Amino acid sequence: MNQPRLTNLLVIAEHDSGQLKLATLASVACAQRVCAATGGQFDILVLGEGIGPVAEALNGYGAANLLVADDASLNHPLADRYAAVIETQAKTRNSTMVLGTASTFSKDVLPRLAALLDASMLSDVTSVVPDGDDFTFERVMFAGNVIATVKMDGAIKVFTVRAAAFSAPPKSDQKSAVVAVNVDASTLPKTAEFVSRDEKPSGRPDATEARIVVSGGRALKNSEDFERLVGGLADKLGAAVGSSRALVDAGITPNTLQIGQTGKVVAPDLYIGLGISGAIQHLAGMKDTKIIVAINQDAEAPIFEIADYGLIGDVYQIVPEMIAKLEKA
Amino acid sequence: MKILVPLKRVPDPDTKIRVNADGSGLETDGVKFAINPFDAIALEEALRLRDQVGAAEILVVSIGSADCQEQLRAGLAMGADRAMLVKHDAATDSLAVAKVLAAIYRREQPQLVLMGKQAIDDDANQTGQMLAALLGIGQATFISKLAVAADGSKATCCRETDAGLETVTVALPAIITADLRLNEPRYVTALGIMKAKKKPLEETTPAELGVSAASRTRVLKLTSAPKRKAGIRVKTVDELLQKLREEARVI
Ligand SMILES: Cc1cc2nc3c(=O)[nH]c(=O)nc-3n(C[C@H](O)[C@H](O)[C@H](O)COP(=O)(O)OP(=O)(O)OC[C@H]3O[C@@H](n4cnc5c(N)ncnc54)[C@H](O)[C@@H]3O)c2cc1C
Ligand SMILES: Nc1ncnc2c1ncn2[C@@H]1O[C@H](COP(=O)(O)O)[C@@H](O)[C@H]1O
Repeated sequence: MNQPRLTNLLVIAEHDSGQLKLATLASVACAQRVCAATGGQFDILVLGEGIGPVAEALNGYGAANLLVADDASLNHPLADRYAAVIETQAKTRNSTMVLGTASTFSKDVLPRLAALLDASMLSDVTSVVPDGDDFTFERVMFAGNVIATVKMDGAIKVFTVRAAAFSAPPKSDQKSAVVAVNVDASTLPKTAEFVSRDEKPSGRPDATEARIVVSGGRALKNSEDFERLVGGLADKLGAAVGSSRALVDAGITPNTLQIGQTGKVVAPDLYIGLGISGAIQHLAGMKDTKIIVAINQDAEAPIFEIADYGLIGDVYQIVPEMIAKLEKA
Repeated sequence: MKILVPLKRVPDPDTKIRVNADGSGLETDGVKFAINPFDAIALEEALRLRDQVGAAEILVVSIGSADCQEQLRAGLAMGADRAMLVKHDAATDSLAVAKVLAAIYRREQPQLVLMGKQAIDDDANQTGQMLAALLGIGQATFISKLAVAADGSKATCCRETDAGLETVTVALPAIITADLRLNEPRYVTALGIMKAKKKPLEETTPAELGVSAASRTRVLKLTSAPKRKAGIRVKTVDELLQKLREEARVI
């Protein structure tokens, strides 16, 4: 039998070149909830180079320790070394849970970490409920159609949480102890090298962080039309843009815009789908939105089955009219 | 060059999934099964690589019930050279599968493992990364472009990340996981199916490989996700904007 241990969580923070990813706060919220229910504490670990500001942004969320692994060898998020640094921290701190918010970063690093710890792992957890000395987890699978209630055996549990399931906690004045983590670059694995990153700054918020998302599908014939209609409407609403897989495959939108089972998962206040049919793989990424609007010329399109407001028509006519009318208002 | 490609048997992405009455599993009546789409992409990439380098052996592996033979045969029909079924009827999880694959890797010593980034049934997105950790080798996940160096020492991979496209090089052998844009898998032809019948399909068990495939995540029950109800149809842009402002209050 495992000795009942005090809950001791390790949250892995995510940032984008020194800018905290707000989705990290979902993991913090999850850790806070677990600690509130069971006692115990949580630490937050930030890895990277020149990440002082990230640590600063995370101070005031109730972590016992803010662990800062700041080293040139961690300047790019390569899974082999990140997992190795986290492994050492999890072991020396006797972590009982290691978690991060589901993203391509966490999905790359945390499964590798889990195997190093000989821990099994759950992805896309939406609920963690204490149950005696143990916990019961809920997670989504099958493109969001099925919710599984799951137990994890083993002393260390590794998981990612869905950002939409844990809302960001408020910041307080209570400060965490900031602890520098010593990184010995010579001991880290070097199986991969970073070459380049091709980011196209869009000037718009990320769909996972926006209150409104305007999303385009195969109805949009080229990137100029996408920018004019989907981008144009988004800018009127201060919204982020998203797209279906169809447009990414066609090279009309970048992969960063794909919403769905195998892309980003969003749950904004308002999602406007323009010329998107509503395949289950797409719905998996947006059906937890508060208000869904669908505009599609096909009255039978499945997206209408889940839309709060449906408008049948041609996006090439309707969207310019919307933009014009929002202009006047 | 030897390339290992794991193939998972999953419900076809176009079939409707229903949870059974007691929540212990899925309704399987009338459900079509297929090779996990990401695994088909991984296999396609292996086949193209074989064409490029001239000679390579492609081994496809599935861990699961005897039914997985169907997907292995489909993999052979696409063009893989050999297949291996690791028979295991009970539930597994990603770590258990990774341990089985690690045992196969040690026996077969491939230069490359190409696999799917995610199985579309459990949506875990873990196995490849876990396998890389167990073997202490490199990983390149979610890739949309692959170039293997002529001397086979490394691969240059373009990865699809939340922030954009990232290029990394990874020392071979390595675990590489495929994303949607890597390629479009070929269809199985009648000739391919004929040829597949003559290709070797070996059967083994986790015990024979010296590992346990027991799952340490235990699913207690499955429930259907709550369904959203359809709302209303509006007729005009004015009506839509008015509803969004005054009823939903979201703009
Ligand atoms: C393994 C796998 C993973 C996948 N992952 C994802 C994912 O993460 N995200 C995702 O989105 N998809 C994903 N898909 C693809 C998904 O199944 C659909 O193919 C895709 O979502 C369809 O995109 P779409 O709605 O833009 O195109 P379509 O299905 O072609 O729909 C286009 C819609 O536009 C309407 N339309 C056309 N012209 C106009 C016009 N002028 N005005 C108004 N309406 C118009 C049509 O009526 C139609 O409903 C995945 C598929 C697989 C197999
Ligand atoms: N039972 C299995 N048999 C063969 N390959 C598998 C199995 N389970 C997972 N895989 C491989 O691991 C990848 C990721 O799966 P997962 O971690 O379950 O999302 C899949 O795309 C397959 O390549």
